[in-house]
Amino acid sequence: MRSRRFGTTNSLSPKVPSESKMKLHEYQAKRVFADAGIPTPASTLASSVDEVVEAAEDIGYPVAVKAQVHVGGRGKAGGIKLADDREEVERAAEDILGMDLKGYTVEEVLVEEAVNFKNELYVGVTMDRGEGKPVAMVSTKGGVNIEEVAEEDPDAIAREHVDPAFGMHPYQARKVVYDAGVPREVASDVASILTTLFELWDDSDASDIEINPVMVTEDDEVVAADAVMNIDDDALFRQPDLAEMEEETFEDDLERKAGEYGFDYVRLDGNTGIIGNGAGLVMTTLDLVDYYGGSPANFLDIGGGAKAERVANALDMVFSDENVDAVVFNIFGGITRGDEVAKGINDALEQFDEIPKRVVVRLAGTNAEEGREILNDELVTVEETLEDAVQRAVEYAEVEA
Amino acid sequence: MSVLVDEDTRVVVQGITGGEGKFHTQQMMEYGTNVVAGAVPGKGGQEVEGVPVYDTVEQAAREEDADASVVFVPPAFAGDAVFEALDAPLDLVVAITEGIPTQDMSKVYKRLSEVDTRLIGPNCPGIITPGESKLGILPGNIFESGDVGLVSRSGTLTYQVVDNLTSRGIGQTTAIGIGGDPIIGTDFIDALELFENDPDTKAVVMCGEIGGEDEEEAAQYIAQNMDTPVAGFIAGRTAPPGKRMGHAGAIVSGSGTGTAESKINALNDAGVPVGDTPNEVADHIEDFL
Repeated sequence: MRSRRFGTTNSLSPKVPSESKMKLHEYQAKRVFADAGIPTPASTLASSVDEVVEAAEDIGYPVAVKAQVHVGGRGKAGGIKLADDREEVERAAEDILGMDLKGYTVEEVLVEEAVNFKNELYVGVTMDRGEGKPVAMVSTKGGVNIEEVAEEDPDAIAREHVDPAFGMHPYQARKVVYDAGVPREVASDVASILTTLFELWDDSDASDIEINPVMVTEDDEVVAADAVMNIDDDALFRQPDLAEMEEETFEDDLERKAGEYGFDYVRLDGNTGIIGNGAGLVMTTLDLVDYYGGSPANFLDIGGGAKAERVANALDMVFSDENVDAVVFNIFGGITRGDEVAKGINDALEQFDEIPKRVVVRLAGTNAEEGREILNDELVTVEETLEDAVQRAVEYAEVEA
Repeated sequence: MSVLVDEDTRVVVQGITGGEGKFHTQQMMEYGTNVVAGAVPGKGGQEVEGVPVYDTVEQAAREEDADASVVFVPPAFAGDAVFEALDAPLDLVVAITEGIPTQDMSKVYKRLSEVDTRLIGPNCPGIITPGESKLGILPGNIFESGDVGLVSRSGTLTYQVVDNLTSRGIGQTTAIGIGGDPIIGTDFIDALELFENDPDTKAVVMCGEIGGEDEEEAAQYIAQNMDTPVAGFIAGRTAPPGKRMGHAGAIVSGSGTGTAESKINALNDAGVPVGDTPNEVADHIEDFL
């Protein structure tokens, strides 16, 4: 098998969009890093103003107060504040605790020793999906939005691909550090941080792991001033310690419900509800709703081989979204059987004296004919093709809206 | 004609004693696939659907002269199962399993560069040469033998497009579901190359989706290397940036690459018409034939 012909290293940015839902908070990642021997500033987790003050007094001023939420750009959004004395730290704690940061309420902050530094570096490891290999990255342009650096000045980030079978050789860590132009005085310390990061990446099934910035102090000490660690969801079964740190974050009750039912669900702002099987087909159904002038209310993939109960749960979910005016059900069965789906739709709808939204059903593939025979067409509108089903649902949604 | 699989392909089913393995072995055999063995550690000597089961893939390949396998092994063990098939060695491995840890796949991908085996998947519906053989979970009845090659990142979308083709009498040489995971064996370019070199494939459908840059790279390949006409479809035009839509790969970063728009533009620039609906893809293919 060849390597990718058209892959360019320039297209590879740090913080490639993380595909993992499992993210560690900064304080959790820092704990993992510190246990592995990476120098981190003194810090304490706090969830009340009193706790923050107490922590700051223990650590000694100046301190940074940092919101622990899973959103990027905390600093710019006001989620990180520096404090030089007790009065300032109180104010910072009052400002940040309870604040809404891009939809998430801040319940915990990390109170951390503020480090004086002369340089800031970036160090990270991620999976280069184009090459199918991990890649180690180092830049002397740390402390800023590294994605912007990657876009505007890709050469400012040194990269080194790692053989997944052998792991990272020590020379590779040194090479990428020298290639990046890390100051000679701290090069071996940074190489050692990178080696440790790679080992952590490997051992913990991380999808990405990064420190931005690694601060270089006046005394040429290196300190990890931030910590990002995202774990491959598919590998959590063999990472029990990390799995325990998983914290479900949902944007609303519907997404929470989807989590409980085990659906892939994304809420959108339209009024046509969409249920289907298989991500590609569900996305296509959304696109067609848009194409025919409607607006998708959600993405809901019931997955492969769904039984009747799962189908009923999906309808329950979409019905409970008050923005939804009509629903299109699009099933193309491979593993999934049309008769099971039809049974689920009937079961779900027969519970209602009056069905809350009109439902259009399109069944194709395995046992589709059996399914269409079972479907109670007093409860649903049955359409033969995807195009017809979507157009009908969009019409219904428009009338109801 | 066909690519990769035909009626002579001799298939081992890895994980044949599990629920999925057993059910789909039956389905594959009903379709005509020449399933010659199963391989499940500790289950050697048993029979499933009249097929002998061996403890190792290597034994199965040796005793039954198998040259391909389909992997229905649970995700925690599937990476190892693929390794076993590569080392047996077999010519073709089709990994259906969804949810294999990415680092396991990274090691498999590295091994692939050292052997002659071709891997399809993982997290894919498999491959079918209509009327001859199917390796995987695709519903055989919607396919028909004909002139069009099909390669797709998404299972059910494959079925949809095939249905649009078959319903107007356009058959297929071979359809390959390459899977939606971040690291896969056979990619768009590999599949397009196979179809380009197959004299019986008169046109190709390529179904992509948001996320990654594989479609953009495939577009360059088509422009530079293909005489066989290609029509495309890209799912996820309405996907909001930053949201993960089911597939691991189906996420738009918001940075401008990997979006439906960038993929559609790249394909259009390569002379590939992209349908707004699956039905329009069939229109384009009809024009080619």
